[in-house]
Amino acid sequence: MSNAESVLKPMMVSPEREHAKPLFDRVHEWIVTVDHKKLGLMYIVYGILFLVIGGLEATVMRIQLAIPHNHFVSPQVFNQLFTMHGTTMVFLVGMPLLFGFANYLVPLMIGARDMAFPRLNAFSFWMSAFGGIILYFSFIGGGGLYGAGSAPDVGWFAYAPLTSQAFSPGHSTDYWIIGLLVSGIGSIGTALNIVTTVLCMRCPGMTLGRMPLFAWLNLVTSSMVLIVISPLTAAQIMLLIDRYLGGHFFDTQAGGSAVIWMHFFWIFGHPEVYVLIIPGFAFASEIIPVFSRKPIFGYSIMVAATLAIGFLSLGVWAHHMFTVGMTSYANAFFTASTMAVGVPTGIKIFNWLGTMWGGKIRLTVPMLFCIAFLFQFLIAGLTGIMLAASPFDWQLGNSYFVVAHFHYVLIGGLVFTIFGALYYWYPKVTGRMWNETLGKWHFWLFLIGFHLTFDFMHIPGVLGMPRRIYTYEPGRGWEVWNLIVSLGVIVQIVGILFWVVNFVWSYFRGKLAGNDPWDAWTLEWSTTSPPPEYNFPKIPVVRSRRPLWDLKHPEDPDWKYE
Amino acid sequence: MAATTVTLPQSEMPLAHELRGRVGMWCLIAAESAIFSIFVVAYLYYAGKSLNGPTPREVLHVPIFNSICLFASSFTIVMAERAIARGKGRLFGIWWLLTIVLGAIFILGTAREWYHLIYVEGLTISSSLFGTTFYSLVGLHGFHVIVGLIGLSIIMIFAALGHVKQEHAARIEVFAMYWHFVDAIWVVVLTVVYFVAI
Amino acid sequence: MGLHFRSGVVRRLVSILLLGVTKAAFATAGGDPATPSIFSPASTPADSIYHLSLFVLAICLAIFLVVFGLLVYAVAKFRRRPEDDGREPAQIYGSNQMELAWTVIPVVIVVVLFLATARVIHAVEDARFPPGTTEITAVGHQFWWEFQYPQQGFIAANELHVPVSDPRNPTPTHITLLSADTDHSFWVPKLAGKTDLIPNRSNSMWIDPHEAGVYVGQCAQYCGTQHAKMLLRVVVQSREDFDRWVASQQRPVQNAEGVARGRQVFESTACVNCHAVAGTNANGKFGPDLTHLMSRDTIAAGAALNNRENLRQWVKDPDTFKPGALMPAMQLDEQDLDAVTDYLLTLR
Repeated sequence: MSNAESVLKPMMVSPEREHAKPLFDRVHEWIVTVDHKKLGLMYIVYGILFLVIGGLEATVMRIQLAIPHNHFVSPQVFNQLFTMHGTTMVFLVGMPLLFGFANYLVPLMIGARDMAFPRLNAFSFWMSAFGGIILYFSFIGGGGLYGAGSAPDVGWFAYAPLTSQAFSPGHSTDYWIIGLLVSGIGSIGTALNIVTTVLCMRCPGMTLGRMPLFAWLNLVTSSMVLIVISPLTAAQIMLLIDRYLGGHFFDTQAGGSAVIWMHFFWIFGHPEVYVLIIPGFAFASEIIPVFSRKPIFGYSIMVAATLAIGFLSLGVWAHHMFTVGMTSYANAFFTASTMAVGVPTGIKIFNWLGTMWGGKIRLTVPMLFCIAFLFQFLIAGLTGIMLAASPFDWQLGNSYFVVAHFHYVLIGGLVFTIFGALYYWYPKVTGRMWNETLGKWHFWLFLIGFHLTFDFMHIPGVLGMPRRIYTYEPGRGWEVWNLIVSLGVIVQIVGILFWVVNFVWSYFRGKLAGNDPWDAWTLEWSTTSPPPEYNFPKIPVVRSRRPLWDLKHPEDPDWKYE
Repeated sequence: MAATTVTLPQSEMPLAHELRGRVGMWCLIAAESAIFSIFVVAYLYYAGKSLNGPTPREVLHVPIFNSICLFASSFTIVMAERAIARGKGRLFGIWWLLTIVLGAIFILGTAREWYHLIYVEGLTISSSLFGTTFYSLVGLHGFHVIVGLIGLSIIMIFAALGHVKQEHAARIEVFAMYWHFVDAIWVVVLTVVYFVAI
Repeated sequence: MGLHFRSGVVRRLVSILLLGVTKAAFATAGGDPATPSIFSPASTPADSIYHLSLFVLAICLAIFLVVFGLLVYAVAKFRRRPEDDGREPAQIYGSNQMELAWTVIPVVIVVVLFLATARVIHAVEDARFPPGTTEITAVGHQFWWEFQYPQQGFIAANELHVPVSDPRNPTPTHITLLSADTDHSFWVPKLAGKTDLIPNRSNSMWIDPHEAGVYVGQCAQYCGTQHAKMLLRVVVQSREDFDRWVASQQRPVQNAEGVARGRQVFESTACVNCHAVAGTNANGKFGPDLTHLMSRDTIAAGAALNNRENLRQWVKDPDTFKPGALMPAMQLDEQDLDAVTDYLLTLR
């Protein structure tokens, strides 16, 4: 048979051989592995585990807030919950999931056998994992604002001087600091690995202009991680010096500044949210073309727009500080820069739209999630523009409008694309196909629940409800909206259950998927499902952005056109 | 993919595999530079804002000798890199040892300066904003020098045992990049602490 | 599949929800005075923001309708049909003209939005104050508000009284914002946007309420355990009422009859370490000034109504209303509690 056919013919690793090994050996293999695919999966499983935990924290909070003056949890516990929920979702869910996908897919997509530094890869994963464990150990070991053993309760951005020894005696804040310091080392290690891999390990013929957008966007994301995690690390070291060596970095009694913590934190914090969402864009940029049956519209512009976003996002941080009393010039500057970063982001939405336009859209479950992402990210971007107008932010900042906005971006944008990615690459990773009906139930339930909760959440913000309050006053018109928001959580949970059942059941009983169930075009679909440890029998040589399109359409290959 | 051989034009060959170490080290340098930047910003922001305690002008004296030693160690490490690239193991060992000695002098000099500041001038990390930012910034740099010295020493041991050969030249070069970075940071710290914000 | 609920329960729940939603929608739109909506401004800063927000919302709505419409159209029109022949559609790689168009148009929109916004920033932040401006210094504490009236020479707590301002002859109130401990934020949506109170920093805001009434708000920057109950009440009064209130606050407390025992308990227990009562030897600064405690509608920064029962319970155990508040339970016995409460009730 021709070379093209032998590549495209499905091959399966025999399942019996795998399960013959004793359990101890199999577990040991996973613990000592340096294989990017195994590490990628461990990151993803870790992220999903903490997604469930963070989701439980949110559920408890929403029960408490369903009615005013509720007594479901005490204020002390509630304050720990919102701190841990935020910290968990950003650092123990978002970052690991995205690094996990990058780890698994980037070497496959660029035709490499592994990441540039496999041992560093393993080290970074375990550092990230231990960071999370340290953070959660605080539930048993810490002591916070109230003095009793407890988790951090200073908010996920831990504003000074609330985090000083004076206001946070005990160790709860220290768990926040050290857990994240350790996890941050892991993040920098993986980011370094991804950058080096993308720059140095591409297969012959794959110039930077022929890389899948997924690789480009992860290159940008990882470059950002290198620069932006460091300010957080620096600020946390300073906070430790304040707390234990008598330093005065954020000690307002000694002339120090509370505002400088905010600057340092948000110089990290704002680019961080782009670090979280750009991989979501990467998923959408792979999934939407395949299910529209067209190449991505405007590849070069997509790259340029992502670079612009990465660069501009470094200059918007103080829009989190509009209410801090900066001068009108500073407020105006950050209004301008924040609105400016909306332009390349909008360009990307138009390019995805252009990809679908004139195509033959297949409404598979991954595509449904990506289409919902487009609608929701549009809305999230627009509420972001509203918040960018600093006077508008003087009213809406620190209120439930902001909470609604960022959950809209992170769930409506990121989580939806993550679900899309999970469904899209599940066949590649496991070799099996999931159940379409269960997938659609997951999608629709989660969509409805998401909108019930987060659409209506904007309203209490507009009506004056600030964030981070464990209860609220009746008679201010907030009650019914809070109740609806809380009810939406139930629908989301049911949707998630459909997903869990689907993936678990399909792992054992799903139809065999073969190499390329979606008729896609990037290199990961040219190898077996799951891929062998060495990824490819022979390192591929490519001539265009869609090597498999060229193979499948020898009469009309991509390299003739771009 | 294609089993036949394909010749690709040079422009289509991606960045070489062998550059991994250098690219990786540049990434590390970028991340570390960002950390140092924040400490430098804090130092500059708080310059002149201390409520009490000795001022920089009163107690700081430019550490000329220490700095010369540290900068010289960048020169000696370059000589060591060149030696091993030409396969000259013994010469490499000599230059490498010199680098360690110069780095160690720098650290000892810093320790002496700190001893004087703490016990004679009474400036500690908790004295004032100046104390906090000074010891943090200079200490962070010193910490990086110590890490570098540890790495240098490990390689010295390997060299003494005869394990460092010509084929390791590229790796030596990557490690040396870290040492040059530490030096470059000292240029910034020296300028900011002893000249700009004095 | 049949889901058998007790249909009465479901119907009741749905109708409560629907009724509640309708009511709330009207409250939002119609400006129920009890709802501190940012869309019911009663003072110039809030008003400027309101008008800017309408402009921004209009533009965002327009963008939304266009893009949303295009997305819906694309998904509907370019769906793969069941009778599809399986051929791939035309492989379009991009279009420079389109890219230019959808770059230039957003840039123009951003420029317009920015200019409109910059005007409001300047108008609110760089405003100048006429001579009749009332000056107040607000100091944020964990978890209560201190209001100093330097021009009038007294200190109040938790409930801010300001004079109404006639737009034709404005008498605004300028508030300097300080903090005694950690970060707080002053937010009364109908009067102005929020401004933070940051330790070791002096911030500035102003209001000029056009209508008398009570405006509610609360602390909007997480400040610790009882951030949620650091509530705000701004009482806007006519000039005569305000002057009368000021006079009553400036008056030293009258030594009332029959509360000597209570006063003695108050002054000999640790109460005086934190609280001040003008004209007595109680001059603590850590807690609210109690000189005119009974002139306030609420206690504990809005956590409870100010009546005998609540006052007594608050003194007995603050955690009943505000667990985590920094006022300790003073472990007084029942008689002392009654006595102190009687005394406090005389502080008008």
